[in-house]
Amino acid sequence: MLYAILCYNNEDVVCAWSKEQDDEVMARLQVVTEKLAKQGRLGPVARLLPTTAATTLRKTKDEPLVIDGPFAETKEQFLGFYVVECATLDDAVDVAKELADANPGGGSYELRPIGAYFPAREAV
Amino acid sequence: MTDPAWINTALSSARPQAVAALLRYFRDLDTAEEAFQEACLRALRNWPKNGSPRDPAAWLIFVGRNSGIDAARRRNKQAPMPPEETVSDLEDVEGAVVERLDGAHYRDDILRLLFICCHPDLPATQQIALALRIVSGIPVKQIARAFLVGESAMEQRITRAKARIANADVPFEAPGPVERSERLAAVLAMVYLVFNEGYSAGATEIANRAPLCEEAIRLARLLLRLFQTEPEVMGLTALLLLQHARAAARFDAEGELVLMDDQDRSLWNRALIDEGLALIDKAMRHRRSGPYQIQAAIAALHARAARPEDTDWAEIDLLYSVLESMTPSPVVTLNRAVAYAKLRGPEAALKLIEPLEPKLAGYFHFFGVKGGLLMQLGRAEDAREAFGRAIALANTAAEAAHIRMHLDRLSAESLPRDGISA
Repeated sequence: MLYAILCYNNEDVVCAWSKEQDDEVMARLQVVTEKLAKQGRLGPVARLLPTTAATTLRKTKDEPLVIDGPFAETKEQFLGFYVVECATLDDAVDVAKELADANPGGGSYELRPIGAYFPAREAV
Repeated sequence: MTDPAWINTALSSARPQAVAALLRYFRDLDTAEEAFQEACLRALRNWPKNGSPRDPAAWLIFVGRNSGIDAARRRNKQAPMPPEETVSDLEDVEGAVVERLDGAHYRDDILRLLFICCHPDLPATQQIALALRIVSGIPVKQIARAFLVGESAMEQRITRAKARIANADVPFEAPGPVERSERLAAVLAMVYLVFNEGYSAGATEIANRAPLCEEAIRLARLLLRLFQTEPEVMGLTALLLLQHARAAARFDAEGELVLMDDQDRSLWNRALIDEGLALIDKAMRHRRSGPYQIQAAIAALHARAARPEDTDWAEIDLLYSVLESMTPSPVVTLNRAVAYAKLRGPEAALKLIEPLEPKLAGYFHFFGVKGGLLMQLGRAEDAREAFGRAIALANTAAEAAHIRMHLDRLSAESLPRDGISA
């Protein structure tokens, strides 16, 4: 089964990392993802730019509304995700633990089973 | 996060929010800074053992406030009681919870903290130094290095600036909408100054001054988090990101300035450009234009051009004309001359800038641009004279070296070359 591992953290803190610290974290995370890739379990991975760069389109009765945001009401923001093949929830928890170990500071990981998956494909 | 380096990063990212809130409690900058320092020391002891809190700023505010109150009580045993208003909210035990919930408070706190650094009595360099010290928490030593002065001289400067703002009346009640937008405008201008201090540095100073650019971007992002729907805040942030994205390409191995047309665009930082482009696109949707948005839009057109010849000079020229009408200034017109020359030729651009000469007679870039245009027109002798004046007015060694390169070229070949200063 495919799991999406959704990463949440305080983006103020993540944005404050120096380039060296950022590179260090990325290198440590890469060790985890490379292992998964070798096992053939790794799907797409994405790191998102800060929520301040985001825009939201909200459906309304009439024209959809395009607004700034998401407004960060919580202390943690959605910062990126991994798609990983995991036979059981325990496997997914193990992957998330490894990611958490590689990543300093706080944050949380949401382990969400994927219902339908459409990897990038050529236009027919 | 048990490593002190990571804790320090978390502490410095929480600093503006925490010091700003502590300033609201204690109404005195030094007390607020001391309380924050004490909270940081406790964090360094406590966090490795107990893990870092989910909301570092709220933790620091709560602990800092308690330690500030303790310190005031200790002092009171030796000294007369301070006036009640210097220690407000003494009994507010639910403060930590309240802080966590009330984002709007934070916004005005941080704006106030930045705004007191922009006091009109303070010269621009002191505003910058103060903001870097108080808001960003950069050590005095590092600020001194960026401004090319000794540490004790900078220490004195900051102390004097602090004394001046301590005597100024800074209202602590929440500002009204008009006042809030006035404060925001002053603060944006100050952040832009911080950036320019770093950006205008030559190659030899860049190691000491590039952190100013990064700090300005951090402050801009902070403001953006607080004012998420303000197009000018998006515009300023986009502008700084797009300018800073070119940092690695702006100097060659010898430390010479590289003009935008000659820069290796593969060295431009793609992630910064993407964030900047997303922000300026967002800002433009608001249809409330402003000078930062226009400048960011110009920078965005450069960033979007894969090759120099793909640059949309017509649009850039149009944006400059809008900027000229919004903020009329000879410097803006001078900057427009580059786009003007690309579109209408060097002769037309020269006509555009010649009337500016009396106002810009002491301005390095004016003679750099003028010399470049004259060179393109094949007027070697006039170009040489303009370049000579530029060298005399150069602010950095890199600027002077750049002009000398043109002069050498003029001597070597009398062929017209494109040499407009970017």
